[in-house]
Amino acid sequence: MKVELTEVLWLDEQEQLSLTELAGLSGLSEAELHELVDFGAIIPIDPGAELLGFRADCVVTARTACRLRTDFELDAQGLALALTLLNRIHDLEAQLRDLSAQLPHRP
Amino acid sequence: MKYKDYYGILGIEKNAGVPEIKKAYRKLAHKYHPDVSKEPNAEEKFKEVAEAYETLKNPEKRAAYDQLGSYQPGQDFRPPPDWQKQYSDTHFSADDIDLSDLFAGLRGGRFHARQDHGKISMPGEDYEVAVHITLEEAFRGTEVELDLSMPEFDEQGLLHRAPHVVKARIPKGVTDGQRLRIPGKGGKGFNGGRNGDLYLNIVLHPHSLFRVSGHDLYFDLPLAPWEAVLGTSVDVPTPGGPVRLKVPPGTHAGQKLRLGKRGLPKPRAGEGDLFAIVQITVPGVVGERDRALYQQLAEGSTFNPRGHFEQELKNESRTH
Repeated sequence: MKVELTEVLWLDEQEQLSLTELAGLSGLSEAELHELVDFGAIIPIDPGAELLGFRADCVVTARTACRLRTDFELDAQGLALALTLLNRIHDLEAQLRDLSAQLPHRP
Repeated sequence: MKYKDYYGILGIEKNAGVPEIKKAYRKLAHKYHPDVSKEPNAEEKFKEVAEAYETLKNPEKRAAYDQLGSYQPGQDFRPPPDWQKQYSDTHFSADDIDLSDLFAGLRGGRFHARQDHGKISMPGEDYEVAVHITLEEAFRGTEVELDLSMPEFDEQGLLHRAPHVVKARIPKGVTDGQRLRIPGKGGKGFNGGRNGDLYLNIVLHPHSLFRVSGHDLYFDLPLAPWEAVLGTSVDVPTPGGPVRLKVPPGTHAGQKLRLGKRGLPKPRAGEGDLFAIVQITVPGVVGERDRALYQQLAEGSTFNPRGHFEQELKNESRTH
């Protein structure tokens, strides 16, 4: 059977999503997303805008939030704290990888 | 159908109460949850743990599971003849179904085919897969074929696991950790519900020469001592093919020489940079002629690489 070649969508800062789209893709409700925005765990493009918009890579954070909420039965505050700490760990890991790449590896 | 020992997976006795089940699950979830764990095969282990917990925490599912009987983990088995009649109005073939698919459909003491739930439409499940590609594939873009297995109902309404092949174009510009989405290529929706999405997590294989930092690349450039002192031009590999790199005189160990826009392409436009990290390399074995030349240099040179030590040593001798 011939399998059709499928194009992919980027999840990065160039693509944008509305609150409704982010809720649909992540499994979180719009109210839960609003709470995570209020706690600073998910950052919209323009926090002051009437209609919130998000970078498409927020889907990764929001889907993680949905899994953590379900699997650990976390409330919004616990979830926001876990996400903030996870984001900080990811940033530090990325810095470590960058620094490690710059170190000479040959003796 | 392969048997799974849910009690064994959670490490609890068969007569464990709900609090013990919950406690065991939480302990294992902290250890293996793929979003927080660094354990090898964490995702696979967590799936087992979550599946066991989902079944055993629910009294109806647990009773139905217990009625299946006991087998060795991984052993092929069929539910007892009266089991399907008692618990299920879903038709399934025990040969190509996963235990988790079956228990996911239990409500009100009976398993239901999801497609028979009145007219309520249900979206298909999203799936996430890691896609391993080489640095060369990331540089040029590539195509990947993903062999997945997803639960679905066939035309006769039988629930079973079906192979699901997705061929995707990975555009140039991806790098390690990039996420991509393929809408509608996840699990099938029911009763007109939309299909789930497929999420790809790009993982770059380590390269023998280049180290990746975002879209920038780094590699070690070994130089002989005289090349570093006098300067030289050397042919160096890049993902796009070899280029000539000018090494300026007086280059020191650890110095980064930048080859602009020779790194990985960025999404849509632009490129990262390539950096050569200089290493001054000395020969392990020195021939007689080379030794004589080095000796001549040592005797004739005024260069003192530890000149800054002298001031420190003077300061120390003053204080003691």
